[in-house]
Amino acid sequence: MDELLTILISRINYWVYIILMMVGMYGIIIKKNLMKKIIGMSILQTSVILFYVSIGAKKNATIPIIEHGHDTGHAAVQATHYINPLPHVLMLTAIVVAVATLGVALALAIKIYKQYNTLEEDELIEILKEKEF
Amino acid sequence: MKAIGVILVGFLGGLLIYCSMDFPPWGDPHSPASSHVSPYYIEHTLEDTSVPNIVTSVLADYRGYDTMFETVVIFTAGIACIFLLRVFKAVEPETRLYRHLPTGITLRIAQGGKFPDDSDQFKRIDSDWVPHDIILQTTCRMIIPFIQIFALYVIAHGHHSPGGGFQGGVIFGASIILFAIAFDLRSAIKRMGERLTAFLCALGVLIYAGVGLVCMLYGNNFLDYSALADILGVDRISARSHGILMVEIGVGLAVMAVMVVLYYNLASAGKHDEGL
Repeated sequence: MDELLTILISRINYWVYIILMMVGMYGIIIKKNLMKKIIGMSILQTSVILFYVSIGAKKNATIPIIEHGHDTGHAAVQATHYINPLPHVLMLTAIVVAVATLGVALALAIKIYKQYNTLEEDELIEILKEKEF
Repeated sequence: MKAIGVILVGFLGGLLIYCSMDFPPWGDPHSPASSHVSPYYIEHTLEDTSVPNIVTSVLADYRGYDTMFETVVIFTAGIACIFLLRVFKAVEPETRLYRHLPTGITLRIAQGGKFPDDSDQFKRIDSDWVPHDIILQTTCRMIIPFIQIFALYVIAHGHHSPGGGFQGGVIFGASIILFAIAFDLRSAIKRMGERLTAFLCALGVLIYAGVGLVCMLYGNNFLDYSALADILGVDRISARSHGILMVEIGVGLAVMAVMVVLYYNLASAGKHDEGL
C-alpha cells in the first residue's frame, strides 16, 4: 500500500496530463461538430504544454532568473538551484504559436460554414457526396 | 463508431499511464531533461550573454534559429488568415443604424435614404443594436494606456524579470482587441488600419532576420550578436544582450500585429465592417 502511495504521489502530475490528453483525443475523434474538434485540439495542446512545464521542475529550486544586483559579486551559479529553463522556452513559443494556429483553424471553420452552412461532419460528408454525383 | 473511439482513447491512456512508471519522479533534479544541455545554459548565461533571465537568453541567443522560425510560423498564420477570410468587395448593409449622440435615439436608415456623415452628432453603430455603454468605454479609455505601457515594460525588461517579446506582444495586441470590443471594429481599424498591421507583421520578422544578417555581414555566424559590438560601442558580452533586446522588439511587433490581424478577420468574417 505504501509503495502504491509513493508511486501515486510521484507520478500524479503525469496522470493528470494523460487524462487531459485523453479528453482532447476523445473530442477530436468522437465529436461530430468541427468547433468541438477544434476545442478538443486545444485541450490536447494544453496537456502537452503542461507536461513540458512540469518536466522543468526541480525540488528546492527557484525560477530561472539568476540572482543579480550591483553589489553582489559573481558567485558560482549552480544548476541545481534554478529550475530547467529549456521546457519554458519551448512552451513559451508553443503557446503563442498555438494561438496563431487556432486562429487559422477558426478561419477555416468560418470558411466552411459560409460555403456549406453547417459545421456538422456527417452533414458535410453528405453534401460532398451529393456534389460528386 | 463511438465505442471504437472510446476503446482507442482508453487504450492510449492506459499505455501512457503504464509508461509513466518509467518517467522521473516530479521535481527530480537529475532527470534526463535537466542533465544534458540545461545545466550549461544555467551556469554560463551570465558570462556568455550577461542576461540574468536564462529563459530570455536561451530563447533569443542559444536557440535563436528556433525562435526566428517560430516567429515566421506566427507571421504565416496571420497571412494565411488574411488570405482565407478577407473579402475585398465591400458589401454595404442595406440598412444602417445611427445613434444621435445628444439624445441617444437610434435611427434606422433604409436603403436609398441619406446617410449622415460621421460627426459629433451622429455615430454609426453595428446592425446588432448595442447599448450606449459609457461606463465600459470610459473605463477602457483609461485602462488601455496602462496596459500598453505594461506591455512595453514586459518587452523591455525581459532581460531581468519574466517577460520578453512574445508575452509583451500578446499583451499589446490584447489592449487593441479590448479597444475593438469596447468601442467597435470600425473605430479600431480607423486607429490601427489593415495596412499598418500587415506592415508590422512583416517588419517584426524582418527586424529579427535583419539583426542576424548584420551579424553575418560583420563576419560572424548568423544571429551571433557579439558582432554588433563594433556598431554599438560596447564589449562583446553586452553586445549579445543588446542583440537579444533588438530581436525581442521584432518578435513583439510581429506577435502584436498578428493577434490584431486574427481578431479583425475572425470577428468580422473578413469583411472588416462590424465586429463583436
